[in-house]
Amino acid sequence: MELKSLNKISDYVWEIPREGEMRVPGRIFASAELVEDFDDNVVKQIKNVAALPGIQQASMAMPDAHWGYGFPIGGVAAFDPEEGGIISMGGIGFDISCGVRTMRTGMRREEIEPYIGKLVDRLFALVPAGVGSEGKIRLNQSQIDEVLVGGAQWAVSQGYGYKEDLRYIEEGGVMGGADPAQVSDTAKKRQFREVGTLGSGNQYLEIQYVAEVYDEKIAGELGLFRDDVVISVHCGSRALGHQIGTDYLKTLAEASRRYNIPVHERELVCAPINSPEGRRYFSAVCAGINCALANRQVIAHLVREAFSDVIPRARISMLYDVSHNTCKVEEHPVGSKIKRLFIHRKGATRAFGPGRKEIPEEYRSTGQPVLIGGTMGTCSYILVGTESGMTQAFGSACHGAGRALSRTQAKKRWRGDALLKELGARGIIIRTHSYSGAAEEAPGAYKDVTAVVDATHNAGLAKKVVMVKPMACIKG
Amino acid sequence: MKTYETFEHLADIGVRGYGKSLEEAFENGAKAMFSVIAEIDAVKPSDREEVRCEAEDPEMLFVEWLNCLLSAAHLSGKLFCNFKVEIADHKLKGWAWGERLDQERHHVMTEVKAATYSMLKVGREGDVYIAQCVVDV
Repeated sequence: MELKSLNKISDYVWEIPREGEMRVPGRIFASAELVEDFDDNVVKQIKNVAALPGIQQASMAMPDAHWGYGFPIGGVAAFDPEEGGIISMGGIGFDISCGVRTMRTGMRREEIEPYIGKLVDRLFALVPAGVGSEGKIRLNQSQIDEVLVGGAQWAVSQGYGYKEDLRYIEEGGVMGGADPAQVSDTAKKRQFREVGTLGSGNQYLEIQYVAEVYDEKIAGELGLFRDDVVISVHCGSRALGHQIGTDYLKTLAEASRRYNIPVHERELVCAPINSPEGRRYFSAVCAGINCALANRQVIAHLVREAFSDVIPRARISMLYDVSHNTCKVEEHPVGSKIKRLFIHRKGATRAFGPGRKEIPEEYRSTGQPVLIGGTMGTCSYILVGTESGMTQAFGSACHGAGRALSRTQAKKRWRGDALLKELGARGIIIRTHSYSGAAEEAPGAYKDVTAVVDATHNAGLAKKVVMVKPMACIKG
Repeated sequence: MKTYETFEHLADIGVRGYGKSLEEAFENGAKAMFSVIAEIDAVKPSDREEVRCEAEDPEMLFVEWLNCLLSAAHLSGKLFCNFKVEIADHKLKGWAWGERLDQERHHVMTEVKAATYSMLKVGREGDVYIAQCVVDV
């Protein structure tokens, strides 16, 4: 898109002036180069979101923004229920609470290397991945309700992991306000065998090492040192979340009409937060978030099992667990008031700065760890939230690299088996259930995650702490 | 004449079915979606599942049809390759033939999370009916 249609606020902050039905301006956090690469649809979607009732301050886009469903992926918006604010399907999406969990192993790269092949094989055997895979956990109707209310706490109560893990998950591992009665039987049934499964597409489990340290003091406080090995898991609420999205698309389409909300794109469908439909959807989303938290907790347990089989001296401890596709109730200052807002983050990470009560005590002086996934062939980043991110973007940051090539183009350009060989030659082991799926996820099909993370850092949304590089990756 | 195809979308993928009738376009649209998940030529049409859905207009009905198929496939652990649709008064009655999913034999590629309203179009161009939308993968 063209820069001249935007007001430049700084090198990394751009404003789309208010026009037409926009209630607030649009705000893009990115470098000039990234903005020039943005699809024009992103701007259209930012403007559409800006026209929704009760929106506060600005309709925002993170540096990895791209064309999404209603909201851009990388879209952030806050709504005040007291001002007719809405909750929108477009701001959450079909993959509710898809997120990243990173765990330390207490081991260094050279200690893991001799075992890496065996370790990956064990992880690949233990963590169900790919289309149609099933977890070991079989649930019935009443048990699934416990998952939807209890989140990661439920998983720990069933023996998957430790109570200590919960402190390092957003919301302490359990999202309040979840109501299983608002989730359809179909959604629940689809999850009976899916708890503890990775999924496919862009979901992954990666063994990584700390390759660069940008801020030694903060890295030390996070317990991260050069060449330390960590494990990152990227997955979400699986079929249950997808079905909640599908079910509420219809409910909210009707609600948008009933409450006369200007919806300029079908997927923006929404309902006032203070309406029966809005309350039902929010309770269902909270249940979906709990499903994702439980899922990542069970996978973490499987990771521990694999390590204890192969390298028993490893000590797997939680660094943090973040969610990307969420709507959460948070308190933020707006003008002279502290408001209770419904923050939508679609393909964006919560990135709370130092001092927030929601982050565990150990991180309260550093800011919340912000885990940004890259691609299986490049690198990922760990940042921390900042005070300036709190004031500029309700404590939000980017979530990943964002695609540069479509899946079709990627498959034309790369062959899965050749790609895996090439990555293998560079010392990165890949295990996958689908070569074709791996080709779609080729590193070259994504934007440069470093440019996205640098823009996030330079815009002041979050601060770079370390870069990690993959040693091995499991793809669905 | 090709009966179905996928089309480009930056983050996800579009599915499109053609037909001599609205029903046939819906049937072929479903083939397009399952061709994203696996190689449908490798799927045997040995079992049948029935789905019913309704929506206020043909476009919403197409998305509804695809989403019902995703749920039905997932709940039964199957992949579908052949479809039959009857539409009357915004109500759809459909049948899908397929078999139990086999990651190896069916060259399974990726999950589809949902059919979406993005680039959704159901209509007629000359003699040909077209049904299309983007699916979230």
